[in-house]
Amino acid sequence: MITDALVIGAGTAGLATATRLAQGGLRVLVAAAGEGSLPLAGGTIDVLGYGPGPVETPLSALPVFVEANLGHPYELLTSPEELAECLEWFRRLTGPLGYIGDLSRNHWVPTLLGGLRPAGLLPLTMAAGDLSRGGEVVIAGIRGFRDFHSPLMASNLSQATAPAGAAIEARAVELAWPGPASDLAPFRVAQRLEDPEIRRQLAAQLRPHLGRADAVGMPPILGRARTAEVHADLQQRLERRVFETPGLPPSLPGLRLFDRLRQALREAGGRLVLGSKAVAAMRDGRAIRSVTITQASRAVPVNARVFVLATGGFGTGGIVRDQHGGLSEPIFDLPVAGPADRPQPFGTEYFSDHPLELAGVSADARGRPLGVDGIPFADNLYAAGAILAGARPWREKSGEGISLATAYRAAASILRGES
Amino acid sequence: MPRTLDCQILVIGGGSTGAGVAWDAALRGFQVILADRGDLATGTTGRYHGLLHSGGRYVVRDPDSARECARENAILREVASDCIEDTGGLFVSTPVDDPEYAERFLAGCQQTGVAVEEIRPQAALRREPRLNPAIRRAFAVADASVDGWKLVWACTRAAQELGARVLTYHPVTGLVRDVDRVVGARLRDLRSGEELEVRAQCVVNAAGAWSGQVARLAGCEVAVRPGKGVMVAMNHRLVNTVVNRCNPPGDGDILVPIRTVSVIGTTDTPVEDPDDAEVDPAEVARLLDAGEVLVPGFHEARALRVWTGVRPLFPKAAAGEGGDRFVTRSHTVIRHARSEGVAGLVSVAGGKVTTFRLMAKDTVDAAAAELADERPCRTATTPLPDSAARRFYWLGSRAQEFERAGAENPIVCECELVSTADLLAAASRRPQPHIDDLRRAMRIGMGPCQGGFCAFRAAATLHREGAYDRRQANSALREFVEERWRGQRPVLWGQQLRQAELDRWLFEGVLDIEHVPG
Repeated sequence: MITDALVIGAGTAGLATATRLAQGGLRVLVAAAGEGSLPLAGGTIDVLGYGPGPVETPLSALPVFVEANLGHPYELLTSPEELAECLEWFRRLTGPLGYIGDLSRNHWVPTLLGGLRPAGLLPLTMAAGDLSRGGEVVIAGIRGFRDFHSPLMASNLSQATAPAGAAIEARAVELAWPGPASDLAPFRVAQRLEDPEIRRQLAAQLRPHLGRADAVGMPPILGRARTAEVHADLQQRLERRVFETPGLPPSLPGLRLFDRLRQALREAGGRLVLGSKAVAAMRDGRAIRSVTITQASRAVPVNARVFVLATGGFGTGGIVRDQHGGLSEPIFDLPVAGPADRPQPFGTEYFSDHPLELAGVSADARGRPLGVDGIPFADNLYAAGAILAGARPWREKSGEGISLATAYRAAASILRGES
Repeated sequence: MPRTLDCQILVIGGGSTGAGVAWDAALRGFQVILADRGDLATGTTGRYHGLLHSGGRYVVRDPDSARECARENAILREVASDCIEDTGGLFVSTPVDDPEYAERFLAGCQQTGVAVEEIRPQAALRREPRLNPAIRRAFAVADASVDGWKLVWACTRAAQELGARVLTYHPVTGLVRDVDRVVGARLRDLRSGEELEVRAQCVVNAAGAWSGQVARLAGCEVAVRPGKGVMVAMNHRLVNTVVNRCNPPGDGDILVPIRTVSVIGTTDTPVEDPDDAEVDPAEVARLLDAGEVLVPGFHEARALRVWTGVRPLFPKAAAGEGGDRFVTRSHTVIRHARSEGVAGLVSVAGGKVTTFRLMAKDTVDAAAAELADERPCRTATTPLPDSAARRFYWLGSRAQEFERAGAENPIVCECELVSTADLLAAASRRPQPHIDDLRRAMRIGMGPCQGGFCAFRAAATLHREGAYDRRQANSALREFVEERWRGQRPVLWGQQLRQAELDRWLFEGVLDIEHVPG
């Protein structure tokens, strides 16, 4: 197989890099071992939520944060404006999902537990969940739905305070599902909600409970393909703003984003092959010549001019730790920066500091991963996303921002080199 | 003035020994109270590999223990069948084992009455295809796996049905002495903070590895020597039969299939403090290396979790060893009236889960003698609750129940098939349960995801049903996340690290547990 660019990994970073490259005129192939990480994702675009204190304005917090976190992937940004430009590009790319937000402020949205959590960009279906300015909300669950529990969510939410100190009043309602209990898996519920009759029945149950509430919080189930319609219709029926809560996997908002990014890639002329694990690379002097991917039981070498490694961190197999603490990157055998030699890479408590979280590959200013000698491993290999060293994405609430920023940077470097 | 309770026999310790004593004493018609500092079966019984010994392990060095195990194994299959999975056991001679030991093993089995049958290595490999294909000899024995938690609840339930009271989360703060007699104990209710006094005609110290500490409260001595063992749970049943190395006992020479996992054990390190639960990574490595000898490719399997348990070793002179002292695994009952002139206190030391019933019998005999009211033991012929049908449990039983219940009853834990109804039923039997207590009751959070999905569901469901208020739900969730983390931390590599990263995504990324209002 021959292509201009092979991108390995179909998460946010891989799909963003690939689409950007395809838009720049390259023939692009994306190969992913599984389904990519997006079906696991909550659907928000987190840029910088904690650094380590709560961040209100990412634009002004970013330079200070980068200063304090040497080696963080955000160091690759020449300025926060570059990230702003990248987020603007992402919003255009995902137009139908209606993402809102920019670097001027974080949104504070309820979690399933009823805490408030910072998020940079929100899809349209979550926009009304921004409780930065407080408000009165009804949290509407469905009895028997496993991963949404409105009583606990509402009672915690009533105790939560937005950074500005505004109060929140939340009440729980649990609806009876108007179909068989066997429907109550997230995908199935979402599918059934595309039926107006189901929406009518749910709305009729919900309306008497709304009182003076400004908005209604729901599980992330507002349709899969016809989300905008489902969302608008429910808002109309309830005469309230309706928001989805980021949920546990399998996650519809993450899946919708996956669907949309896949489509954008296709529209730009790129191709995506899922279930194709990259297993080995061949190099020729300073350049990678081919990467072997497995399809079914066949091993297929893919020749390309540039390669982008976007396989993620420990959670997705981009980096591997062995029993003896050795860290490795399985495709190119890139050196992995991390606390391999430390006797204890994990803190004693779950929410304490875990040095291993910072592990990953290091990259130069153009996004090329470094070899053992500190110079780029190959002239035509780039890396983007969670495989890069130096971040604590869950704690910082920075995962998607890092993925998009480093994807944007890698694509720009590649396109500059190609022109 | 603290609240006072009265009974004939107060049992201190809610492991298999204490629960067995409570059951036995209640069956004999005594009024019993059992107290534990934590939940039931949180000491040694809930933290061992789950082996119901055939006796084979002891035939060469400790023939008395072997005889006891063989007899008790047969009795428990009758009276506690619901707690036992009849896996059978194998002793195999691998190429690195001393071939001469196999002969001593066979002779030992014959002398001690441990049933054994030599089978061809090919037959053993057909039964357990992952076994080292180079094994030279194989011996089938009557090992099984036993669910220590189920066993303890069955005993305490049986005792409660006969009028006994069980006080969990009630540590003993002191023993009450009246000159040369122990007449009761002071307890603290950890849930309410209340102090209470239990007056008893006899106090039974069944605190296992902690029995030295309890005896000291009365100024007495039990020279128990805690021996710490490390165990690792692998995420599959790599074997379906208990597999032992046919070799003198050493590290990592037993692999026990229990419920959805298999457990490799164990090491043995003397410790001063029975609460010392530190895991040395070198011990984990040693266990996995040893696993490789039994099951080639063991290192590539996924280690889920590691934990420690403490054996209540009690040194005593053993017959037939030329006067040498070595630690047998059989038990000793101490009547402190005889050893130290302190009446009303009986301690039981040493022993193991397989012989818990016999330990209880001997202990209650001594307690009855203290009460000067001897009555016959009936535990050998009285089945425990749920064991009356004399049916062993099998792994698929929950799946079957679950399918019967249908979708009306949402699942809480996919790994271990725990439904909302199971969760609520278990919670209703325990005031203010920790999620960890419910884990012991039904294995919630013990599967590959180690609570990633079910911890939140459990906390939120218990809140909905009124078992927790908001704060309790939040802290129960946090506590459980911390508890699961402790056991995973030493084995985070490969696929289990990948799983732990997904959990971090859920706990920190999606649920943001760290920032939930207090």
